[in-house]
Amino acid sequence: MDLNFTPEDEAFRAEVRAFLESRLPARFAERVRAGQQLPKADIVQWQHILNERGWLASLWPTQYGGTGWNPIRKFIFDNECALAHAPLVNAFGLSMLGSVLIKFGTEAQKRHWLPRILDGSDWWCQGYSEPGAGSDLASLKTSAVRGTDAEGEHYIVNGQKTWTTLAHYANMIFCLVRTDREAKKQQGISFLLIDLKSPGVTVRPIITLDGEHDVNEVFFDNVRVPAENLVGEENRGWDCAKYLLTHERTGIAGVGHSLAALGRLKEVAAKLRKNGRPLADDTSFAARLARVEIDLENMKTTNLRVIATVAAGGAPGAESSMLKIRGTQIQQEIASLDRRAMGPLALPAIGEACEKEVDELAPVVPADGAFAAARYFKLRATSIYGGSNEIQRNIISKTILGL
Amino acid sequence: MNFEHTEDRRMLADSIGRFLREQYPFETRDKIVKSHQGWSRGHWTQIAELGSVGALFGEADGGYGGTGFDIAAVFEQLGRGLVVEPFLGTLLVGRAIAAAGSDAQRLKLAEIIAGNCVAAFAHGETDAGYELAHVATRAERKGDGWVIDGTKAVVAHAEAAGLLLVSARTSCDLADEAGISLFLVPAGTPGVSMRGYPVIDGGRAADVTLEGVVLGADALLGKTGEGFGVLERAVGAGIVALAAEAVGAMDAAKDATLEYLRTRKQFGVPIGSFQALQHRMADLLLEVEQARSAVINAAAALDEPDRVQRERTLSAAKFTVGRVGTLVAEESIQMHGGIGMTWELPLSHYAKRLVMIDHWLGDEDHHLQRYVALGRSGREPALHTTNSGLGSTEEA
Repeated sequence: MDLNFTPEDEAFRAEVRAFLESRLPARFAERVRAGQQLPKADIVQWQHILNERGWLASLWPTQYGGTGWNPIRKFIFDNECALAHAPLVNAFGLSMLGSVLIKFGTEAQKRHWLPRILDGSDWWCQGYSEPGAGSDLASLKTSAVRGTDAEGEHYIVNGQKTWTTLAHYANMIFCLVRTDREAKKQQGISFLLIDLKSPGVTVRPIITLDGEHDVNEVFFDNVRVPAENLVGEENRGWDCAKYLLTHERTGIAGVGHSLAALGRLKEVAAKLRKNGRPLADDTSFAARLARVEIDLENMKTTNLRVIATVAAGGAPGAESSMLKIRGTQIQQEIASLDRRAMGPLALPAIGEACEKEVDELAPVVPADGAFAAARYFKLRATSIYGGSNEIQRNIISKTILGL
Repeated sequence: MNFEHTEDRRMLADSIGRFLREQYPFETRDKIVKSHQGWSRGHWTQIAELGSVGALFGEADGGYGGTGFDIAAVFEQLGRGLVVEPFLGTLLVGRAIAAAGSDAQRLKLAEIIAGNCVAAFAHGETDAGYELAHVATRAERKGDGWVIDGTKAVVAHAEAAGLLLVSARTSCDLADEAGISLFLVPAGTPGVSMRGYPVIDGGRAADVTLEGVVLGADALLGKTGEGFGVLERAVGAGIVALAAEAVGAMDAAKDATLEYLRTRKQFGVPIGSFQALQHRMADLLLEVEQARSAVINAAAALDEPDRVQRERTLSAAKFTVGRVGTLVAEESIQMHGGIGMTWELPLSHYAKRLVMIDHWLGDEDHHLQRYVALGRSGREPALHTTNSGLGSTEEA
């Protein structure tokens, strides 16, 4: 038993820290710290900075321009980035599609698409959910029919995707589509890469309850997709989808982000006054804060246990479902405490937050708390997306408990 | 980073586990619990001979372990086996002697480690709740020695003990950390009387009254008035032990409940096919893994020199196992239905132990408040400087 990282890993941590100190633009960190969504240009710039250092694709092997890190290095890197309030990179391309292409893609697909993810030529979004296919993802109906014309083999895609995060930033979407209506649910699904600029694609915003535009609906009306954009075998797309769910998910608990959020909350609680006394001295607030801090410390160790198993060659199975449930519960509880900490000052609704600098917002609201309530509402999504927490409990009960 | 026990520790844990499965099945344990003594010296000696007591102490103290992970490995097995014998008292008193004992007193420690002397931790008092510094029992100087008066409440295995560790106030006010002194009181010392009773989670305890108990100067353990630091460090080891014991008991309760969900049929199907129960079981599993992580954190922190960091981690663990242990107990009984209410089912005794572990050495409320208070004391200049002056528990 040894909870310490090796000296080599600690040296790596110091290297990451030094890099973040010198290369992370302060205005990015400020916005992230305040809980604001960054404009696309800022995220792209941050991705360029990381890519220059060779640290952008933290899940890919080195031969494809990735870091080749083991899960421990990745954990350290993610944590340091979160604690420094670095912007999140676009996981849809870098983590999800990248991993699928490396596992299931042809050499030509890897050579074409992976460099474009690294250099920012493509911004990917994910086309999984449909209006009628949420938790029951395999019931998806968007159809792709194979055919041949003068320009070659292709699919014609019709249907609708929804909850498409940052589709309005994206030029490409990877989709699960139905290629065989007769086959049993999971077996007639294929994994297809679609250019959002193709004729027949429409992207419409969905405004969420916090007033923000993060997610979209994407409509496909007779969209022509070259057959070479099929990843893996036709009708075997579910393998790709499942691979995403069971692999490379050791970071799903979001330990670093919760540590950063908790640190910020504690600073706020020390500064804010309640009836003239520091909020941190309020007995019930302090107890709730302590509870979530203890939960987070416990989960951090649970996460490291899973990572140690993976680093030793084991597979992360349904443990990632446990991390997802507890991780999102903790994120939501911290956001809830953030909101409560602000008291009546959580009420002012500040629209178009993204367009303004934090200190220009509202005179009575401390900058720290300007987005507290909106953020709380935004984070209700965490226990719904990525396989709702109820679906995660189904996975645990089937896979670990054998019920 | 490595979450595996060492080979030696695994072997010890395996041999304790095997012994308990073979020699300490539920029927045997039930007979022991219902017996007049409430524990079995025979089983105690045999489990001690496996090396379980020696593992709780460092080499400098005559043992061959002594780290948080050694303690956790032993007590996790004791929890799985639902053992009622006096291991916790032995750990608490032994660690106190190891930390502060004179050469002569350390001879007693050798007897304890050999399994020849049962020791009881006579510290808690009726009005103290779980507050470690609340000591009303008084010790007055008399010549070279001392006279002690007071009552200690719910002292586990006091009647079985050959040696009591008694805390008494020699100065300062009722709940001050300063002014507490510790005394080693042999069983049968005139003026010591006991009112014994069985406890609900198995084993026995007693209220111990000390009336004009005359002790020699050699009974004092450590320095006059500086007992609090020794108590805190000993209780820290006790918290690691109880938390690990709780996780062992949680595993047993979880396994039994899972087995029941798979085999018990209602409406023509195993009840484990019902999503209402599956989700509760999934949450239980998640919480047990969190508790296991809390024990790992606490075991790693036991020898941490920074007091605030160490004690906060220990309180976090006791809080966590208090919360999760109670949850596991309540959910296990509920998912078993009526049969979970019966004495004949081992599960119900695991449930009782899990709930009552929260009542030994501080419950979840106490430790959450302590966690908060320690955090505050870490932010501000220290108001109380409790220097335990311990160095002997820090072998790797």
